[in-house]
Amino acid sequence: MADSTPMVQASPIRANALPRTRRRIEWSAYLYILPAYVIIAVFHIIPVFYAIYISLHKGPINKFVWAGLAHYERALGGQEFWNSLITTFTYAGLTMPFTISLGLFFAYLLYQPFVKARGLFRAIFFLPYVVSTVGSSIVWAWIFDPRSGLANWLLRTVGIQPLRWLIEPSGIGELIAKNMGWTIPAWANGPSLALVAISIFSIWQAMGYDIVIFLAGLTNIPSELYEAARIDGASGWSLFRHITLPLLAPTTFFVIVISVIGSLQSFNHIFTMNHAAAQSLGGPLGSTSTLTVYMFDQLYTHSNYGYATAIAILLSLIILAFTLFNFRVLGRRVHY
Amino acid sequence: MTLLTRPVTNIDRLKTFFNHSVIYALLLIGALWALFPFAWMVLTSLKGYTEAYAVETFLPTRWLFSNYIEAWNTVGHFPRYFVNTLFIAICTVAGVLITSTLAAYAFARMEFPGRDVLFLILLATMMVPFEVTLVPNFILVRNLRWVDNYAALIIPWSASAFSIFLLRQFFKSIPQELFDAALIDGCSHLRFLFSIVVPLSRPALITSGLFTFLASWNSLMWALLVTNKPEMRPIQVGMAAFIGEAGTQIQLLLAAVTISVIPVILLYLILQRWFIEGIATIGIRG
Repeated sequence: MADSTPMVQASPIRANALPRTRRRIEWSAYLYILPAYVIIAVFHIIPVFYAIYISLHKGPINKFVWAGLAHYERALGGQEFWNSLITTFTYAGLTMPFTISLGLFFAYLLYQPFVKARGLFRAIFFLPYVVSTVGSSIVWAWIFDPRSGLANWLLRTVGIQPLRWLIEPSGIGELIAKNMGWTIPAWANGPSLALVAISIFSIWQAMGYDIVIFLAGLTNIPSELYEAARIDGASGWSLFRHITLPLLAPTTFFVIVISVIGSLQSFNHIFTMNHAAAQSLGGPLGSTSTLTVYMFDQLYTHSNYGYATAIAILLSLIILAFTLFNFRVLGRRVHY
Repeated sequence: MTLLTRPVTNIDRLKTFFNHSVIYALLLIGALWALFPFAWMVLTSLKGYTEAYAVETFLPTRWLFSNYIEAWNTVGHFPRYFVNTLFIAICTVAGVLITSTLAAYAFARMEFPGRDVLFLILLATMMVPFEVTLVPNFILVRNLRWVDNYAALIIPWSASAFSIFLLRQFFKSIPQELFDAALIDGCSHLRFLFSIVVPLSRPALITSGLFTFLASWNSLMWALLVTNKPEMRPIQVGMAAFIGEAGTQIQLLLAAVTISVIPVILLYLILQRWFIEGIATIGIRG
């Protein structure tokens, strides 16, 4: 009967589905999936629906009162939610250009065929990403210490006034202008120095991750392409510009999406560095309050369970949008 | 070899040497940037109190290794934090590996009604960020009276959709013929799984165990919510709480941090290949 189907058409049936009798149903399979499924259902599936319920209620735990869409109105209609969203994207904007360009730069250097000890360099670059964020944030908070920190020691050595780093709420634009004696409009104040300091930490931490991802992307580029381009007379920069960069576009895109999602969820290092600098959560003056930090503050400090959950749901919708966008674009870019 | 190559001159050799030196120098700068905070951490942790705060010297004038003993004994309940975290991480890894292996095997190799739908639901849970389930899980754990109990820190995380997904992909790549042959020999699923599939899947098991361990060792937000008693705190919460306490001495805190990162760095040195390949695979596959 095989003759009746045209050969050109790709069969939707899996390759191993040979004309063999259909495998019988194995009811024991449910026992195999049971332990995992119970835990995931109880702690990861049902809570999603419960979260929606909580976000529509207010009051203390176990005494919830219907609140309707009040929490969502408060978030979307007020200033705080939008401010923390702006802080989040500012933070992403301060971090990402550096991690991506440095990540690509070092990955490309490591990718050069003559480089020995590639594994060792890669291991060193990746180390900051592996070590727990709380620990490394404590170290960086110490580096940024206004009195005894390494950062201010460096500034003093090159003859610049020491800064207050993690406790400085003023914008970097404002600080530069003040130093130079300029007057600048309020919109040019820029992100707070505290947020910049936290971004420097993030650049340090995330660079190794980007290097590893870019290195994997580089290894996937067929070497024939380089050979062909070399025969055509291309070399150095033009190889990088016309072969490497375009072929790394999907990798770069992936790194961007992952970084934005990471910024939206960033918490551990901000919490720890705020704490180490004796600032309230998201401080100084709320200038480091990214979305997840804001959510946790509402939950932990203010016990606003309904409102915190509403923010978490909004956060998840933003992340979902980025994830779907990622799938869509990457799906389209798989074939060149 | 092609028409374009010309004989290599001394100038070319010099140019290559120069280029290579520049690239090595740049890589070295990058490596120093990645490493200097660790060096500074260790150096500070070995200084005396006044010297640590003075920043006049880079190297300790007296290397106070005794700071580590003092940190172990005085930073909060440090030995408890350390043992708590180790216990929690090991239990979580064991839980994830057992539940995921069983589930992944069923999804990869068995035929049952609703299989594809159940698997899709699992995949969908990977899209939900942890923050959404934070409050519901906190309330649930509170009502179960699991606050200040290891159960709260282990059980919710001892199954992982991601690990199931990773292992299922791996199990599927094991040839069907091997399975058929084993079945003809009268081998049961469970025996086939543990005597053939599991040994063959070591890379996937190590990767998922490793990332579970790291996530558990480094977790902060959930542990902040479900631990109140100092002696129940895992290491990250313990250290974060200790920073805020009055009279914190930086050299002791940094000695504690150094101790807390040692297990992770050791694991990293031993399993480095799996770390990096894991990230690369997970990264590319989304």
